[in-house]
Order: sequence, then C-alpha cells, then structure tokens
Amino acid sequence: MRTMRSLLAGAFAATLLAAAPAVAQETELPNQKWSFENPFGTYDLAAAQRGFQIYSQVCSNCHSLQYLHYRDLSGIGLNAEQIKAIAAAVTVPDGTDDQGQPKDGPATPASQFRSPFPNVKAAAAMNGGGIPPDLSLIVNAREGGPNYVYGILTGYTDAPEGFKLGDGLYYNKMFPGHQIHMPQPLREGTVDYTDGTGNSLEQEAHDVVTFLSWAANPEAVERKQMGVRIVLFLVFLTGLTYAVKRKVWADVEH
Amino acid sequence: MVGLHKSEFSNPVINWIDTRLPVFTMIQKEYGEFPTPRNFNYFWNFGALAMVNLVIMIATGIFLAMNYQPNSELAFGSIQHIMRDVNYGWLLRYIHQNGASMFFIVTYIHIFRGLYYGSFKAPRELLWILGVVILIIMMATAFMGYVLPWGQMSYWGATVITNLFSAFPVVGPKIVTLLWGGFSVDNPTLNRFFSLHYLLPFLLVGVIFLHVIALHLTGSNNPLGIDVKSPQDTLPFHPYYTAKDSVGICVFLIVLSVLVFFAPNYLGDPNNFIPANPLQTPADIVPEWYFLPYYAILRSVPDKLTGVCLMFGSLLILFVLPWLDTSKVRSLRFRPVYRVTLFVWVVAVIILGMCGAHKPEGIWVTLSRVCTLYYFAQFLVILPILGKLERPLPLPESISHPVIGGRGGGPLPTGATAKPMEKA
Repeated sequence: MRTMRSLLAGAFAATLLAAAPAVAQETELPNQKWSFENPFGTYDLAAAQRGFQIYSQVCSNCHSLQYLHYRDLSGIGLNAEQIKAIAAAVTVPDGTDDQGQPKDGPATPASQFRSPFPNVKAAAAMNGGGIPPDLSLIVNAREGGPNYVYGILTGYTDAPEGFKLGDGLYYNKMFPGHQIHMPQPLREGTVDYTDGTGNSLEQEAHDVVTFLSWAANPEAVERKQMGVRIVLFLVFLTGLTYAVKRKVWADVEH
Repeated sequence: MVGLHKSEFSNPVINWIDTRLPVFTMIQKEYGEFPTPRNFNYFWNFGALAMVNLVIMIATGIFLAMNYQPNSELAFGSIQHIMRDVNYGWLLRYIHQNGASMFFIVTYIHIFRGLYYGSFKAPRELLWILGVVILIIMMATAFMGYVLPWGQMSYWGATVITNLFSAFPVVGPKIVTLLWGGFSVDNPTLNRFFSLHYLLPFLLVGVIFLHVIALHLTGSNNPLGIDVKSPQDTLPFHPYYTAKDSVGICVFLIVLSVLVFFAPNYLGDPNNFIPANPLQTPADIVPEWYFLPYYAILRSVPDKLTGVCLMFGSLLILFVLPWLDTSKVRSLRFRPVYRVTLFVWVVAVIILGMCGAHKPEGIWVTLSRVCTLYYFAQFLVILPILGKLERPLPLPESISHPVIGGRGGGPLPTGATAKPMEKA
C-alpha cells in the first residue's frame, strides 16, 4: 500500500512538472479573479454580455469567432428574440443567387459568426502582415489562459528607452518579444455600457475576457455541475463497493 | 475433443448454448472459479483497470469517429463541432482525451507491478513479452490519436516523431515517405493515421486476449512471488477478486472524472488549440506527458541515429528482461538491494520525464544523460550481476504460511488460515 501511494504520488508529481509551462513568461501574468475559475464557478453572464458588446463593437473588426454560431449566445443568457435581432443585423455570405453568383444575406441564429476577412491572405494584407487570430479558442490556446489575454489587453505601454520597435508594431509588455501587430484595442471609455457599468480599461478587459473564456469553453458550467454530481455518486459507490469487498473477504484470513 | 460439451448449467437456454459452444463454462472456469492467489494487494487491480480503460476508449472513440473529419482542412473544425454542437460531444471527447492519459498511468503502474514482484520471470516470460507488445501498440495508437485534432502540437509532434525514422541508413527516408504518404506531414498522413488509430485498438484487443490466455495458463503471480502450492493458497476469482477489482474500478473512475469534469485540459498543451500551421513552428515541441521520458532519452545524445536507437532500445530491452534477471527470486520483498535500485530507476524515469518537458539546455542535458545511463545500466548491468551477488531474504514456505515476518504477517495459527476451497 505504502509503495503504491508513493508511486502514485510520484506519477502525479511527474505530470505536474510535465504540464508546467515550458516557456518562461517574460512579464509576470496578472492574477485576476474570474467568476468561472474554481470547480463550482459559473460565468458572470452580465460580464459576458458586456464582453460580447465589446467583441461586436471592437474585436470583430479584425478577429473572427468562427467556431461559434449566433444561437450559441443563449449560453450567455440572451433570449431567442435578442439572438434573432443580433443575427439579423449582420450580413453574411448566403449561398448563391438564381444566376449562381455568391450572394450575401442577413444572418440567422443558425449562422456562423461573421468573419471580418474572407481568408487568411486578405487578413494579412489588411493588417500589415499580422494575421489576427481567431478568438474562439484564444483563452485555451495561450499559456496562462484568461490572465494572459487580460494581460495583453492591459499590457500596452510606451516602449522603454532604447527599445527598437519594428515598423507597424506596438509595444506590449505581456506579449512574447514585446512587439505586437495589434494596435491597442481597448482604452478607458472605448465602449459605453448600457447597464451603467463603469468603462475603465480594466473593466472592459475583464468583461471581454469573461466573454472569450465562455466562447472557448461554453460547456464549462454544465461540465462542472455534472462533475460534482458524478464524483459525489462515485465516492458513494466506492464506499458501497468497499463495504461489499470487506463483507466478501470477512471470512478469509489474508 | 469432437463432440458436444457436457454442460452443468441448469437453465435450459444457457445449457443449450453451452452444450454447443461452452462459453458459459469458460467464463465460469476463468472468471468464476479461477484459482487466484489469496494475497493480492491493490497493485493487482491495474490489469483489470487497463481492460476497463480500453473499453472506455473504444466506446467513446467509436462515437467520436462518427463526427470527426479526417481531412486536414476540416479536422480541427470537426473537433470544435464535436465540442460545441454534438450532444454531449464535449463529454465523449474529454473522456477519450483524458482516458488516454489514464490508460498510460494505469499501464505504467501495471508494468511497475510486474517489475517489482518479478511477474516477468519463468514461467511468465511470454506473458510479459505480450505485455510489452501491448505497450508498444498502445503507444503507437496514442501517438496517432494525438495527431487527429490537427492542432499545432499534433502537426509538429507528428513531424518530429515520424522524422526520427529518417535516421536509419538506407531505408530511413523511404520509411518516412511511407508514413507521410507524401513528402511532408499532410492530408494523406492524417488519413492513414486515422485509419490506423481505428485499427490498432482492435489489434490491441487481440493481443490482450492472448495476454490473458497466457495469464490463465501460468496463473497469477503474487506479492510474495512464490508459487501456489496448495488450494489453501488460492481463492476463487469470484467473488473475492471481482469485489476487490470493483473497488479499484470505482477509484479509477473518480480520478478519471476529476480530470474530465474539472481539469480536462490540464494534461494537454495550449498549442493544440491553434490549428496546424506548417509555416509556423511552435517555440517548443513537446509530446504528451506519457512520452516525455522516451523523448528525453532520444535527446540525451547529440547524434540522431544513436538517440533514436536508444529510444527504441529503451522499449525493446523490456523484451529480453526475463533473461537479464539472473535471480530466481521474484518478489523484491526478498531482494532488499535490488529493491533500492528499482526505486532509483523509477526516480530516474520520472526525472527523464521532467527532462523531456524542458528544452535540452544546461542542467537538463546532464540530468537526461545520467538518467538514460542509469535506465540502461539497471537492465544491462545491475540486473544480471546483482542476481548473482545479492543474498535474498528467506522465502516463506507458502502463501498461506508466510513463516517469515514482513508485510505478509507472521505465522498464522492453523485453522485461521483459510477455509478449504469449495471449488477449484
């Protein structure tokens, strides 16, 4: 038993170490409090809706969210009417017309989120060679997750003395190498919230990262709530099974 | 052997079938009455756990394959389709993804059990060899499975690992082209990996079947490593070990559930959330955690061919393990010196795993070299020599009479040892 425990501990330690970030962060990650971070956490829907507003007004000019459909917005608490209205206001490619020519039309809840650029080459050409990454999974795709994305959004400062900044690049203390193609997207007052929330840079960044975290893991709340029930059940089942095992073995010296 | 089987089952339907195809008798014999040493500890759960794990992987995998697109243009998106649009697709995928990690945890512990209690020694050499075959097939399956999501780490991992074969002289480059189905990792590679990823688990089922047949011929080893001498030493598999395995399965499911529901991407790499891009190499290409020790061995020497040979050698050496160990004593409970060296070996493997996760720079190079050296020295030097030099502790007379103290407990009063076997 003792050996088994130490072995499991060893294996666990090995996985911990293996999963540790391989690339050292140059700037320390911010450590924000997120509504969704602990095992029981849920998405702050008001923040996610504000974040969606920022995405629509700011981010979506350059960044796609291609793995989401408008119908998915029910996940941040929007109702069917709201989603229909949001989709209808967006123009997306809509098959072909009677002449066989591609045509555009209003999106429906079933449509994919509109992408700002038709393809990667167009995206690069419009952004000085930088390709704005798709944001569907951005929170999962970066070491540090939400804190990293928050760090980028709030990480714009003046380049330090003597730092040679490339053409069309901006200084960001969080970005590896500190030179980023993206101009500072959010500042204090970039959006006006309808719910009266203050629009400081920190608030805006926090809201949009909440939205993007939901976009990357829309199943997270359901998953964790299911997990609590399943783990509790399994713990009960383990106890029961162990009792059965004890009873079966009660008459055997071993 | 020609003729109908005389079935002893009273249920007429079962009896009818069993007379013509004695599967029920077989199950009864191999999983009901099967005489099993009475002194198993919980390490003996891990074979059953691996079996359960394989079933989970095949079951989830079949449903994932229904929604997955093995096409380099569509693969990444189809995974997102599974995660977002397929009913409980996220659950299937996260079980499959973390089930792979659990499969390796369980299998590595199962292998350690074999090493520690000498389960590879006569007469179980072939049982062990089949086990090594299972490990290798499992690794190939896992590697190809990791390529399927077609993320950055999938793509670059596939590129690095398949490129290893190019180190072999003459045939190397041809093997690589064959693996790729072209001149770089591309759509044909993904297609063939998907096909093989679906095929190999069933091959695995076949080899596991042989593994189990071999086990049921030799009978199980046990923590004392001594042979079963009388029916007093054994218990029928059911209900004793079905009950004990059930406890292990429940605990296994708890660990899997915690990973799946609360930390599904903990063991993964953020880079695999970025679609594969042949034009952009990630800063650090690391395999999944279960390959890290081998990856460290590969990178421990500057010469590619030597590294590749060492890496494959670290697995292949397991095939001849039964003949490298010169000691007749199986269980390391009675080999105090060798026990220490085995623990050092485990630590070396864990350190190798850490080395594999870091860039081969500075201390990590030295560490990986030292540990690689120890990895092989354990098998090629310590094992053959120590078997001759070490004086093992006295072995107990029998499983039911462990006359020697230690974890088996002192001599048992007669009568308390066991009720006589009703079946066996």
